[in-house]
Amino acid sequence: MIGFPKPARRVALLLALAAPALGLGATHAVSAAPAARVQTVSIKMFAFTPQMLTVTPGTTVAWTNADEDPHTVTANDKGFHSAALDTDDKYSFTFTKPGDYAYFCSLHPHMTGRIIVKAG
Amino acid sequence: MTDEVREGMNRRSLLTQCAGWAGAGALYTLTGGIASSISLDAALAATPRHGHGGTRPFTFLQISDTHIGFDKPANPNARGTAIEAVEKIKALPNKPDLIIHTGDITHLSTDAQFDDAAQILSGLGSPVFYVPGEHDFLDEGQGKNFLTRYGKGTLGTGWHSFDHNGVHFVALNNVANLKPGGMAHLGDDQLAWLRSDLAGQSASTSIVVFGHIPLWTVYEQWGWGTDDSAQALALLRRFGSVTVLNGHIHQIIQKVEGNVSFHSARSTAYPQPAPGAAPSPGPLKVPTEQLPTMLGIRTARFMRGNEPIALIDQSFA
Repeated sequence: MIGFPKPARRVALLLALAAPALGLGATHAVSAAPAARVQTVSIKMFAFTPQMLTVTPGTTVAWTNADEDPHTVTANDKGFHSAALDTDDKYSFTFTKPGDYAYFCSLHPHMTGRIIVKAG
Repeated sequence: MTDEVREGMNRRSLLTQCAGWAGAGALYTLTGGIASSISLDAALAATPRHGHGGTRPFTFLQISDTHIGFDKPANPNARGTAIEAVEKIKALPNKPDLIIHTGDITHLSTDAQFDDAAQILSGLGSPVFYVPGEHDFLDEGQGKNFLTRYGKGTLGTGWHSFDHNGVHFVALNNVANLKPGGMAHLGDDQLAWLRSDLAGQSASTSIVVFGHIPLWTVYEQWGWGTDDSAQALALLRRFGSVTVLNGHIHQIIQKVEGNVSFHSARSTAYPQPAPGAAPSPGPLKVPTEQLPTMLGIRTARFMRGNEPIALIDQSFA
């Protein structure tokens, strides 16, 4: 499964214990801070750009919604998911394990994307 | 009567062939399958004819995509235009028996937006029946905010039906649990319910189906359709008159398939591009003076039995 980098995992765990109501999105956002590598995906004109992104393990992927319509970033297997992102809202997730992660916008499911994680 | 029906059907077939994509003008009516211009006052003042089986002519209204909370350039005052819609409805010469809201009540499903919408729409003065749009289902509870307010007495994610004066109304939710790569979705549970709900209805009952995203494929590339709608339509085909009313695409597009007619409605908030006319769907910024011509409400007039329900679209201009 997808995990957090170690320090973030501890923070996330603490947060999760302290305030369960925060939910997944909030704890994932915390994981972005200590990550060394960040790659961005733009959500614009009802599309994820780049639609397919290849990163190395440990990379944080940061999505920004540039549309006037809200969108989500939702893994097909629900392994990660953002809250609804309004204009200029961001969501990030750190991919630690190699794999092929398919995701979509749960509001506009014709919008799909892939993150491929493999050692460089 | 027979001739009238046959003629209607022929014209319907013709309509299907040549006007599948027809975006209608500011005002139109669809009676016997014939789309024509008509003034709202004349339509509503038409002498009522008494129907069969104890039904009487009545009007109901469709309002859609109010997007309370939207404040982007395409319409910085969506709240104001929703209020304008309410004022226009209150000013209609004939009070509608009921009103249906075909979703996207709010823009972001927040409590504040739902509360504001409820306050604005409470001025309508007629019973309002709601189905959710995807914008009403994007809270962390995936529809909890909507269902808390409007889910009482409904099943699953908010589907329900009711009868009014001989017309059977069916409210569907096709915005929940959407699948990657797909379009809108009804799901097996809702389809099973629809089958049992319609089973008890006589084929001569006029059926009105309403849901947010179009139940026919308007434009697949933009997700403007419902991927399991064929199963719903198979259940509707035996009825003499089926009117399907949708929102979502913020423009009037109609299609007729046999006795089933499909109609998407204008929003009260902002327009969207015609299918394929822009790189993507989404709020369309038009010159300020043009905006009122692209927002609107819809009056539906039921006359009797199997006759198609006449629709009159009224823009804000």
